[in-house]
Amino acid sequence: MTIRPLAAVAPFAARSLAALLLLVAALTAPGSAGATIWNPKTFTLDNGLQVVVVENDRVPAVTQMIFYKVGAADEEPGKSGLAHYLEHLMFKGTERHPNGEFSRLVALNGGQENAFTSQDYTGYFQSVARDRLELIMELEADRMANLILTDAVARPELDVVIEERRSRIDNEPGAQLDERAGAVLYLHHPYGIPIIGWKHEMEGLTTEDARAFYARHYAPDNAVLVITGDVTVDEVRPLVEKYYGPIPARGIAPRTRVQEPPPLTARRVEMASPLVRQPEWNRSYLAPSYLAGEADQAYALQVLSEVLGGGATSRLYRRLVVERKLASSAGTYYSPDTIDLSRFAIYVSPRDGVPVEDVEKAVDEEIAAVLAEGVDPEAVARATARLESAAVYARDGLQAGARSLGVAVAAGRSIADVEAWPERIATVTAEEVDAAARLVLRPERSVTAILLPEKPAI
Amino acid sequence: MTTRFAAALTVALALVLGIAAAPARAAEVHEVVSPGGITAWLVEDHSIPLIAVDFVFRGGAALDPAGKEGLAEFTSVLLDEGAGDYDSQAFQRTLEDNSIQLGFNAGQDNFSGRLKTLTKNRDLAFDLLRLSLTEAHFGADSVERMRAALLSSLSRSMENPDRIAAQAWWAAAFPNHPYGRPVSGTPESLAALDVADLRGFVDRRFARDNLVVSVVGDITPEALGPLLDSTVGTLPAQASSWDVPPAVLENPGSVTVVERAIPQSVVVFGDLGIARDDPDFYVAHVMNHILGGGSFNSRLYEEVREKRGLAYGIYSYLYPLDHASLIMGSVATQSARLAETVAVLREQWGRLAEEGVGETELDEAKAFITGSFALRFGSTDGVAGIVTAMQLQDLGIDYLDRRNALIDAVTVEDVRRVARRLLDPGTLTITVVGAPDPLPDGAIVKNAE
Repeated sequence: MTIRPLAAVAPFAARSLAALLLLVAALTAPGSAGATIWNPKTFTLDNGLQVVVVENDRVPAVTQMIFYKVGAADEEPGKSGLAHYLEHLMFKGTERHPNGEFSRLVALNGGQENAFTSQDYTGYFQSVARDRLELIMELEADRMANLILTDAVARPELDVVIEERRSRIDNEPGAQLDERAGAVLYLHHPYGIPIIGWKHEMEGLTTEDARAFYARHYAPDNAVLVITGDVTVDEVRPLVEKYYGPIPARGIAPRTRVQEPPPLTARRVEMASPLVRQPEWNRSYLAPSYLAGEADQAYALQVLSEVLGGGATSRLYRRLVVERKLASSAGTYYSPDTIDLSRFAIYVSPRDGVPVEDVEKAVDEEIAAVLAEGVDPEAVARATARLESAAVYARDGLQAGARSLGVAVAAGRSIADVEAWPERIATVTAEEVDAAARLVLRPERSVTAILLPEKPAI
Repeated sequence: MTTRFAAALTVALALVLGIAAAPARAAEVHEVVSPGGITAWLVEDHSIPLIAVDFVFRGGAALDPAGKEGLAEFTSVLLDEGAGDYDSQAFQRTLEDNSIQLGFNAGQDNFSGRLKTLTKNRDLAFDLLRLSLTEAHFGADSVERMRAALLSSLSRSMENPDRIAAQAWWAAAFPNHPYGRPVSGTPESLAALDVADLRGFVDRRFARDNLVVSVVGDITPEALGPLLDSTVGTLPAQASSWDVPPAVLENPGSVTVVERAIPQSVVVFGDLGIARDDPDFYVAHVMNHILGGGSFNSRLYEEVREKRGLAYGIYSYLYPLDHASLIMGSVATQSARLAETVAVLREQWGRLAEEGVGETELDEAKAFITGSFALRFGSTDGVAGIVTAMQLQDLGIDYLDRRNALIDAVTVEDVRRVARRLLDPGTLTITVVGAPDPLPDGAIVKNAE
């Protein structure tokens, strides 16, 4: 069994609930999955709302998940945390359903709900018994167009998101280091700014900022609606037309973001804290995604991640933990779902008494060996087979498919592209994995982050 | 409740109470008895080619001998590190290459595990489970590697304010009972454990008479019976007997502050609760939902987060253990407002005891608890977990048919009575990790180390 440190599963991604949930989705259904898994059906309303339906009659329940194509990376400079703050404020009521009533009605009807914000999108979901779909659709459509924000409800919520930041980041040295490493990995692109926001900018966010952000980005022509569960597309369509259809399109402008300059320099960040007892080492490389950089490498990079760091027989675990006994855990993380450049991360916990430098040297040796000799073709075959089987597990669960499909479509990918995932993974060869490794595992693309116990005062 | 919601609520309640809510039962549970006499509860579901097996051996970390804390957990991470003809890497490789998920977990009262497999790899999966339970190697190399991993994980948890707060609560409440000792052990106790301890754990704890098995998914009773025999049929008939004394909550009402230089203080609170087999358990369940169990709708959530912006979240839950029954909860807030948060918590705790709940508030809580039950059957894991709990807690195989009626029968008078019995802010035991300023009333401060 491998024991993975909580914080190091996603060295840099663990910035928000959103990022964590996305990671879970990525691990259970790497990247996304294909037609043979969920067999989604789609249509688009005249006002531009894209709708995806996954029929699944295992339980008499249904999930509605809406994705707005706006995330933290779309905030204006100086307004970091605004997308996530608005996510919280979306529960503050409309004229028809005043503050508190949304969650009250969902609960009253036995529903479960939550919301999440990533760099690229903001999402909201509810799961209810199948005969309550109309209710949650009415509620979600209502707040797409009619949110009312006042200082009276918005100010206490700003305190809440600042407390959320304290919980996730300020109380955890590892999270603080991850935040700074992310800021250094992305020299210019807004992915370097934490989703939850820099605290000094969060403190300056106003109710008017939230109103303006809502008015600019929340509209049917900037949203993807995913319905999964015990319902057919023929049942869903009239309801969607009834509740979302009357909301006018706003002519939302396509997103524009500044892009990274070519990486030229290897970077290091190091932090020591009296709260830390256990040193940690990780490294992130700027990497292509499905949509950015050398996007055709995204499949080979998923296989590379599995071969290098996916579990107890992966190369890094076997070499560093089992054979050389330098580390207590080792692994990798890569998700190609981002709109802009993603990251390929390696994380290692040194074994007690082993200097961090020894661990780093050992990782560098493994990388050098992979680049010089290539990966083991048998390991590639095992990894692709394993990833394909993950597709069956991805069908299990109340919201199966909703998240992966919504993320992909909101990012601008086609359903067909999502559907092709199993066969694209299956055809990845060892040579392609080697080429992807040579492309990405380069010092100048990387940030190495080291967390240390604070040295005792002499 | 404020008046502006009243009209909409009337409509919504009519919708909920007038129409049949979500089907109360989303799964049929059947008892399967193998040819060899092993019993399992089965929920068949052939819609996806997956099978999940939940199994529990009664007797958990509370049985770890003094000075050997962490024994159950240490065992739990070594069962898949080589067994039978497979060495550690071969065992892991076989799991991975066949997409078989196998894991074990040590709790305070129970040692549990879960197997999940694609139907096509069913027989291999059950055989790997058999090997892990009956022929684990405990090879020196694996033992030392996992010892290092556990020590590393323990070090990390000593940096985690949530973990520190929880451990401090248990230590303060049960200083003289196994529940007060850490399930994950201490650096010293982990260092002291050896292979004989681990083998002894398997020999004493893994038996047929303390075993509970639940199976969910793509398998028939006919196929399951022989697999039960081949997988656990060779286990000893009886586990070693054990005796854990009832846990007496000590220092009720104490407030302990563990100092740490962090900007947000983490609070764990708790008191004696109610046993799972107490006739008033369902009343307490509904009461707790109103107090702090409803994720976005509880009184604590409303008062602490919505009205005052004090915290990202606050919750409470019933925690009925075998030897102590508790009601517990947690919240985290900035140092300057910790005392205020604790005051609000105590006030709400006392208010529910004194005033009880209103009819509408109760109806809404019951509507959620009964209506959302079906959502818990959405994944094979979720179903397996419920079926295991039904067996462990002796709820009866027809529990799914009866459960919502038990909730619906709860009255305002019931909640008033049980709240008065359970909720006393004067005995609410609180631990805080951080640097609160001002300190909450009655706090005793402990230094960081």
